[in-house]
Amino acid sequence: MQRIGVFVCWCGSNIAGTVDVQAVSEALKNEPGVVFSTNYQYMCSQAGQDIIKNAIKEHKLTGMVVCSCSPRMHEATFRKTAAAAGLNSYMVEIANIREQCSWVHKDMQIGTEKAIILGKAAIAKVNLNAPLVPGESPVTKRALVIGGGIAGIQTALDIAEAGFPVDIVETKPTIGGKMAQLDKTFPTLDCAACILTPKMVDVAQNENIRIFSYSEVTEVKGFVGNFDVKIKKKARYVKEDVCTGCGLCTEKCPQKKVPNEFNLGMDNRRAIYIPFAQAVPKVATIDPNACNMLKNGKCGVCAKVCAAGAIDYKQQDEIIEEKYGAIVAATGFNPISMDKFDEYAYNQSKDVITSLEFERLTNAAGPSAGKLIRPSDGKHPHTIVFVQCVGSRCAACAEKGKEYCSKICCMYTAKHAMLTRDKYPDTEVYVFYIDVRTPGKNFDEFYRRAVEEYGVHYIKGMVGKVAPEGDKLMVQASDLLANKQLHIAADLVVLAAAIEPDKSARPLATMLTASMDTNDFFTEAHPKLRPVESPTAGIFLSGACQGPKDIPETVSQASAAAAKVIGLLCKDKLTGNPCVAHSNELMCNGCSSCERVCPYGAITYIDKEFRMPDRTTRVRRVASVNPAVCQGCGACTVACPSGAMDLNGFASKQIMAEVDAICK
Amino acid sequence: MNKETENLRKEIVRISGVNPVKCMRCGKCSATCPAYDEMEYHPHQFVYMVESGDIEPLLNSKSLYQCLTCFACVDRCPRGVEPAKLVEAVRLAAVRKQGANHLKADDIPALLDEDLPQQAIVSAFRKYSK
Ligand SMILES: Cc1cc2nc3c(=O)[nH]c(=O)nc-3n(C[C@H](O)[C@H](O)[C@H](O)COP(=O)(O)OP(=O)(O)OC[C@H]3O[C@@H](n4cnc5c(N)ncnc54)[C@H](O)[C@@H]3O)c2cc1C
Ligand code: SF4
Ligand code: SF4
Ligand code: SF4
Ligand code: SF4
Repeated sequence: MQRIGVFVCWCGSNIAGTVDVQAVSEALKNEPGVVFSTNYQYMCSQAGQDIIKNAIKEHKLTGMVVCSCSPRMHEATFRKTAAAAGLNSYMVEIANIREQCSWVHKDMQIGTEKAIILGKAAIAKVNLNAPLVPGESPVTKRALVIGGGIAGIQTALDIAEAGFPVDIVETKPTIGGKMAQLDKTFPTLDCAACILTPKMVDVAQNENIRIFSYSEVTEVKGFVGNFDVKIKKKARYVKEDVCTGCGLCTEKCPQKKVPNEFNLGMDNRRAIYIPFAQAVPKVATIDPNACNMLKNGKCGVCAKVCAAGAIDYKQQDEIIEEKYGAIVAATGFNPISMDKFDEYAYNQSKDVITSLEFERLTNAAGPSAGKLIRPSDGKHPHTIVFVQCVGSRCAACAEKGKEYCSKICCMYTAKHAMLTRDKYPDTEVYVFYIDVRTPGKNFDEFYRRAVEEYGVHYIKGMVGKVAPEGDKLMVQASDLLANKQLHIAADLVVLAAAIEPDKSARPLATMLTASMDTNDFFTEAHPKLRPVESPTAGIFLSGACQGPKDIPETVSQASAAAAKVIGLLCKDKLTGNPCVAHSNELMCNGCSSCERVCPYGAITYIDKEFRMPDRTTRVRRVASVNPAVCQGCGACTVACPSGAMDLNGFASKQIMAEVDAICK
Repeated sequence: MNKETENLRKEIVRISGVNPVKCMRCGKCSATCPAYDEMEYHPHQFVYMVESGDIEPLLNSKSLYQCLTCFACVDRCPRGVEPAKLVEAVRLAAVRKQGANHLKADDIPALLDEDLPQQAIVSAFRKYSK
């Protein structure tokens, strides 16, 4: 028989307001196994913990129940308290009488009754608890960063600085991400390339960093400290270690009409290309969908002109297998498609562009060499209309837009408007806004400067329609403060398109068993207190893949994620979770049901010899759980048809005892 | 809001099926509306005025009959508010207030004027004949 102590917490008035804590501790005194029961104002405080420790010693407790807040909040705290007093941590159970009781009930009587029932259930479980001892596993001292935007770059640099090896996997031929496409950056207006490319060079030169560009992660197995990852290095048909990046091939390639994705299709590149002059790695890549040689064997010009002999038309995809202790997701974002926004005529007129296209149009390395022109006729635009919130804050249709605010567009629109007025004072610039959202250091001042110093016309209202008419774009909009409908003949319309996570993030999250929200942004372990960790141990989050962010915020989060990774890699051993599954070999019939449902691949089968009643031996296939890989989710225990699978600390017997206690 | 206004407001919300609280006051409906310049109160104002119970001026306004029921505002509203349905509901409330004073099909020719769009005639016809 256990000797159980019950500790009922008031949580100030959080619990005591709707639950009669005295009545609860009285009622639970008489439950089987309970030898001590008390209540206190704040169990988690030093004084509260001392009450627990003293009771454990004085009453020789073998188990305890804390009736308090959610186990997510303080289970770890009370386990530590128990351990400090010599009681096995896994003999502690929490009855959640706050989130699931006092906070949801208004009536004291109902709240109290429910608290007592929840307490009884926890006591019934502790009666069947057994001490558990967690195992240990080693830590592979190498980190993987997925995505090579500014987020991935900063995280990798910080981890490498601390002395740990890091690999960056980037799908594009170069690292840099969206920031490499920007012109100047708010709030200080320094040029993106001037602050980004030195960092890219640092990455290239850092001995601790390897870049797998034009690559993707195809498989992730294992668990925190011990991930096994497969990376597919796609064939770029150029030997990376031989190519000098001279770019001669990209000038001689006869296949000239390939839309240049780096400039968002506003100009063309060759079939063999280097995305931009400061690319890292600065290596050419052949686009297999455009190259004549790869498509029909007719050409070979690049191989002829390449003095280094780097071209290799026979190159194959390569699979790299590597072990990592920690993985950082830094897959960033993309602007949403404008296809569904017929009202803005994006697909009808070349002169309706997105803000990212505007960045390329004003970038000195862009398709117009930095001259702001209309894409349709190359003329200088005299009237420009910027539309904010295009597809953001849109709750009407999930296929069209996103319900959230994209956070960065108010600021970059102010930037675009200001820079336009600065460089081309003869241009009239209108910005249509629903709200101007500029919280952030020096952000509102920045926006006000656009209005007060640069004379940008900010109009509270929305654009309802853009209609191409001759060489003009007729913009119909509302001016809510003047209570007027406006008709503006514009030369260029710029849409601040909502941003969304990269499409590859969802399948990647599945591989990582990392959770996502309904918008496909990675979810953090706690929105306030653990913002750079995924709920899955060993997976960390960096940059816009976790939510819309500007560069200052991205970089802060990237460094925070690096700090967490470094903290993990510094450890030599990790204590595991002892609440893992195990199968009773005598009952297991080797049916594979458990293996099929296990999301972590923790179950394998072994052939085992059994002695039969007639003294013969028989070899049977039985399930075996790798406790280091098992995360204790319990899926297998439900799937097992013969009831052979069970979970330490959450045995079917224990759960049934809880249910019985509740239903009694 | 007095009791009577509150009831009227509830009634309009009920018949329209529109929840005006969803409006984020972006003004895209009014930016879209082809009848904007004919209207004294514009689509976004309809939404706000119903929400705040300021319905009397709407009931007496010609704007009620200026809306073409083209549903452009419904299509474009980013929050799914459906202002045109609200306009229609206020219009219905006005009609109900007037009792059985419906427009007869025979009355229409006399009311026609050259600038009146076809759609408006059809829509009015539908609304007022039994
Ligand atoms: C028009 C515009 C203007 C802006 N102007 C400013 C500004 O002036 N100032 C400012 O502070 N911010 C600005 N921003 C915001 C800025 O671009 C972002 O804050 C920043 O780029 C976020 O960095 P990131 O690394 O998280 O994402 P990204 O830059 O998107 O980088 C993600 C990287 O991951 C790669 N990737 C994606 N999926 C995978 C995968 N499955 N495997 C491997 N690699 C993958 C991508 O190819 C990309 O290289 C602007 C944004 C836009 C759209
Ligand atoms: S072989 Fe392909 S990439 Fe090389 S020059 Fe010819 S078309 Fe261009
Ligand atoms: S940041 Fe500004 S423009 Fe972008 S969605 Fe939010 S409010 Fe709209
Ligand atoms: S339905 Fe009425 S209010 Fe809405 S856009 Fe058309 S005319 Fe304007
Ligand atoms: S478009 Fe919709 S959200 Fe915007 S003002 Fe009109 S009703 Fe409100």
